[in-house]
Amino acid sequence: MSEKTLVQAINDGLRVALKNHPDVLIMGEDVGKNGGVFRATEGLWEEFGDDRVIDTPLAEAGIVGTALGMAINGLRPVAEIQFMGFIYPGFEQIVSHAARLRTRTQGAYPASIVIRAPYGGGIRAPELHCDSTESLFVHTPGLKVVVPSTPYDAKGLLLASIADPDPVIFLEPMRLYRSVRGEVPEEEYQVPIGKARMVREGEDVTILAWGAMVPVAEKAAEEWSDKGVSCEVIDLRSLYPLDEETIITSVEKTGHVVIVHEAPRTAGVGAELTALINEQAFLWLEAPITRVTGYDVPVPMFALEDDFLPNPKRVSQAIEKVISF
Amino acid sequence: MRHIDPGLQYIQPNGELTAEGRVVWEEIDPQLRLDFYRWMVKVRLFDRRSIVLQRQGRIGTYAPLEGQEAAQVGSALALTTLDWIFPSYREHGVAMIAGMPLDRILLYWMGRVEGNLAPEGVRLLPPAVPIATQLPHATGAAWAAKLKQEPSVSVAYFGDGATSEGDFHEALNFAGVFNLPVIFFCQNNHYAISVPFSRQSATLTVAEKAAAYAMDGIRVDGNDVLAVYDVMAQAVQRARNGGGPTLIEAVTYRRGAHTTADDPSRYRDEQEAQEWIKYRDPLDRYRKLLHAEGMLSEAEERLWEETCKQELEEAVRAAESAPAPPASHLFAHVFEELTVSQRRQLEELNRGEGNDKDE
Repeated sequence: MSEKTLVQAINDGLRVALKNHPDVLIMGEDVGKNGGVFRATEGLWEEFGDDRVIDTPLAEAGIVGTALGMAINGLRPVAEIQFMGFIYPGFEQIVSHAARLRTRTQGAYPASIVIRAPYGGGIRAPELHCDSTESLFVHTPGLKVVVPSTPYDAKGLLLASIADPDPVIFLEPMRLYRSVRGEVPEEEYQVPIGKARMVREGEDVTILAWGAMVPVAEKAAEEWSDKGVSCEVIDLRSLYPLDEETIITSVEKTGHVVIVHEAPRTAGVGAELTALINEQAFLWLEAPITRVTGYDVPVPMFALEDDFLPNPKRVSQAIEKVISF
Repeated sequence: MRHIDPGLQYIQPNGELTAEGRVVWEEIDPQLRLDFYRWMVKVRLFDRRSIVLQRQGRIGTYAPLEGQEAAQVGSALALTTLDWIFPSYREHGVAMIAGMPLDRILLYWMGRVEGNLAPEGVRLLPPAVPIATQLPHATGAAWAAKLKQEPSVSVAYFGDGATSEGDFHEALNFAGVFNLPVIFFCQNNHYAISVPFSRQSATLTVAEKAAAYAMDGIRVDGNDVLAVYDVMAQAVQRARNGGGPTLIEAVTYRRGAHTTADDPSRYRDEQEAQEWIKYRDPLDRYRKLLHAEGMLSEAEERLWEETCKQELEEAVRAAESAPAPPASHLFAHVFEELTVSQRRQLEELNRGEGNDKDE
């Protein structure tokens, strides 16, 4: 065990995968000699060489499409898209091919690829570098979508994603890359896809969050704990498939739900969670489910970023709203 | 020193004109000769000041352009206010020549959306951040000009990395098929962040790709402001006269980092960068030429630099004192009218349910 940041844990997960599995390779823009713009692939090119850590031409459709071709022919590529906001040229390859190749070939070609992308706001990055469009992928049948929020989960989920026989969109919250640290085992281990993490147990309110919103939710829960309201914070970790059991069990216990995501509200993953809870735990609800989200506007340039991204104050107000309903 | 095929060259790195260059030099307006110099100095000083501002935390991540002044100044000065410009994020020099105030360029790097808006009458679009995505727009604007029988020309500015994207191919292909008045101006600065051009393309040049779209492709020394200007002026004239598109490859070098968040020593040989700075600098060679031609004295140089620095400080002051927009500005300009859901969200914000940054 050693203490690592989230980005170091990802680097460690990639190293372990390359070391233990000769069919794994890494490809993307600046992932080789430069070690990735966030240093997620630092040292890997030196250690594993040009055939396994590949600097590609600057072309996201090319990266995703050729990764898929490699998977068809038996390799397990981990493709990096430099920022989620740049993934869209590869969107056609993801939606029209990666997501449905298994179906179209009746299981002959399951498309085992991982597409990693830094995502979300909060680091004063330039325009168009801060998108949170996870719901586009969650909405696409055939894709798994995971988001770690701790170093331990980052490595374990990444290794589970690489081992997974289906395509996984692996979203890395940029804001947490270096702001969280935690113990990470040296060896290979997996955090299962589809299982949420209980961040903090509570009796009164369920807060559902993922990625960079988990620490925001925790902070609000902390504040209310001092006032005698106990919040249960759940880090979903996996946006598709969802850990329905953990979510529903918690809602049946608390009867109050706050959902936090930085993506715009309309058709965000919060909408799906709300529908799921309505379908499965309606009679346990004591207040309408409340969402704290980005607004229905394009993610702003960073001068207004702090007004756009949910913060503990907004989450705290939502907690008050559901308990005083 | 490594040999680089610079493409068409009029001013040699030692500041001497070639025979062909002498002919072009004699033909151009003496005022323009001075403008080349003045703009290149201003662009360089702006760039250096911006890097300092970033280091001081007064602007955000910034994309430096030092080394590419001749490519930007020479090409932009060949355009008129009729022409459309679709830049990437490194074209501050082009932007200021097109008429973008310096303080607004700074505002962009301060994360302010106001920095995207060019003044009335300036046909300059916001910097395209996703690579090569602006190329089809330039093709489309040129297409509209042709359909409307307007004499305007469109220019897309981009780097060598952009030539790998599908949008590059599609934009050039449309331009070729419909014979459109558009110029694709590639500043080949040798690196797309860390990736050298040899990893972008198996061809040795960008210019040769033009053949695949049946358009002219020209490789020019991008650090030679006179050659860039002349090549661009010819392409503009050809486009205006119905002669169709041109792909220009200006061979240059990004002296510094991709952005202030980048460290080129990780992927680039320092010796290589030093060679470009020492032997192929666009400003040094042009200064030498002006001195030799008796058009510039050292006192005039100092005076101009001082004038630029004052203008820059005024721009910094103006940008830093521009009132910050309220949170409700998030909803401005998303649609012509707010939608139902936006109106509800804006009301939440106005009721004090938004973030409170002062807390």
